[in-house]
Amino acid sequence: MPIDIDIAHVARLARLSLTEKELENYGRQCADILQHAARVSAVDASGAEPTAHPMALRNVLREDETAPERILDRETVLSQAPAVENGLFRVPPALEEG
Amino acid sequence: MTAPDTIASAGRALRDGSLTASGLAERVLSRTHMAEAQIHAYLTLDSEGVRTAAAAADEELAQGRDRGPLHGIPIAVKDNMCTAGLETTAGSKMLAGYVPPYEATAVRRLREAGALVTGKTNLDEFAMGSSTENSAFGPTRNPWSTDRVPGGSSGGSAAAVAAGMALGALGSDTGGSIRQPAALCGLVGVKPTYGRVSRYGLIAFASSLDQIGPFARTVSDAACLLDAVSGRDPLDATSYPEETPSAAARLGRGLEGLRVGMVDMRGGAGVDPAVSEAFTRAAQAMEGAGAQLSEVELPSVDAALSAYYLIAPAECSANLARFDGVRYGLRAEGRNTAEMMSRTRAEGFGPEVIRRILLGTFALSAGYHDAFYGQAQRVRTLLRRDFDRAYQRCDVLISPTSPTSAFPIGSRTADPMTMYMSDVMTVASNLAGHPAVNVPVGLDPDGLPIGFQIMAPAMGEAVMLQAAEAVEAQAGFRPAAPFHPERGFPGGGL
Repeated sequence: MPIDIDIAHVARLARLSLTEKELENYGRQCADILQHAARVSAVDASGAEPTAHPMALRNVLREDETAPERILDRETVLSQAPAVENGLFRVPPALEEG
Repeated sequence: MTAPDTIASAGRALRDGSLTASGLAERVLSRTHMAEAQIHAYLTLDSEGVRTAAAAADEELAQGRDRGPLHGIPIAVKDNMCTAGLETTAGSKMLAGYVPPYEATAVRRLREAGALVTGKTNLDEFAMGSSTENSAFGPTRNPWSTDRVPGGSSGGSAAAVAAGMALGALGSDTGGSIRQPAALCGLVGVKPTYGRVSRYGLIAFASSLDQIGPFARTVSDAACLLDAVSGRDPLDATSYPEETPSAAARLGRGLEGLRVGMVDMRGGAGVDPAVSEAFTRAAQAMEGAGAQLSEVELPSVDAALSAYYLIAPAECSANLARFDGVRYGLRAEGRNTAEMMSRTRAEGFGPEVIRRILLGTFALSAGYHDAFYGQAQRVRTLLRRDFDRAYQRCDVLISPTSPTSAFPIGSRTADPMTMYMSDVMTVASNLAGHPAVNVPVGLDPDGLPIGFQIMAPAMGEAVMLQAAEAVEAQAGFRPAAPFHPERGFPGGGL
């Protein structure tokens, strides 16, 4: 059964600005891959708990202390940023005006 | 004198005075300068760093300070591990020019063990691929035949070791990304138990599957590299909390009495006759050397690849959300933040990464989450139960590593599903969190290496490498890609 994907919606959720042609292409490929991946549905796994992680994870806590050797100074932290102003990351406006 | 090509033989030469770390580093750099035009294994070669570190290693040895088997040994590192002050790109345009302010724990441990980090090796972008053709900086070629892929995603690390541009390397394995290139390049490659090696500083692809591990020319070299980088790390909450048992503890013990289960991992994929024959020969040799061979069924394994291609993209879509053009990496212009981010991501990521982000976003989206991601996680549980049952009556399990030997460059890029089938025999170990190793067992009629996979239960590296070393000895195959001083490696392109 072909899987119906609203690929434009998925691309918006993933914050990917794609052209119509790209969307069509990726949509077709993803549908093909999902058709193969949907084989998992044929497995009767109703009695199985989902495994999110290979280790029996428990919360790992540490003392609430700073590790001075791990603290990066502001200049280092900002050194890889595409745009910086007044010691802060600079981005275009987040809210539209009006 | 022939140049030592293993960590063990170079270590002996460094200590009997017939070789210096600087001399070894120069040999490796000179081979790299000859071979790189053909192979393209490195994205960044740190010639200066290697020379400085080699001089320091010689100085230490002269003063009687010996850091152990990796002291003065040139090792390459996959370019998805952060190296402080050395460009780290993950093979992506998104991170071109990125210089990490901190070092991955595995790399730090390598350096502390005395290894010389030669540079950063090519990979499929963000480790997503099986051929190293998805690198934003051009493909790597297989030293056994330069018209073939080296496998992937750690293809640069595999090619660097196979071509003599390093004596060992670190890679990462999310679904086969160490074992499959090791198979295609004639090397030993270990995917360790999840949690054995810290993932701190490894650029994340799928966090519940990713694991750093070694490439080497011999099983004992691989064990030595693995032990050097293993162990609890407070900076990785998922690193194994107990003391890590040595991977080398059972080397040299042979196969007598070892219970070996043969599993059918094909999951519908076609397997090359040469691969099947080499597998059968190696399995029979194990039996001849005293192993108890039996056939084992893993009923859920046929769905493993499907589960993997839901779980890995789902985790990838979450992990790669951090690349938004704000704190590091590429930024495209946009009138507002949302537009800037969407354009940055479309411009910075290559097609395979975009495909997986879209797949993962879909598999996690409202209305589909349980049918796809949830069901894949339940299949993961069934697969773990299958393995648990198998390991009640077997010490290790065996299968081929890759259904085929190295395939021609460009032959699988048109259809993503064809490329994904390359991982059909390796993904199960990642889903289970178990260790697995590739051992080269011979060459196919085209002269290309064939790999053999040995799997073991969690933290079973010692028995796994015990078996691997015996298989290596039985195969009697000492892999060395044929290099001609004028013509270079076979396949042309010099």
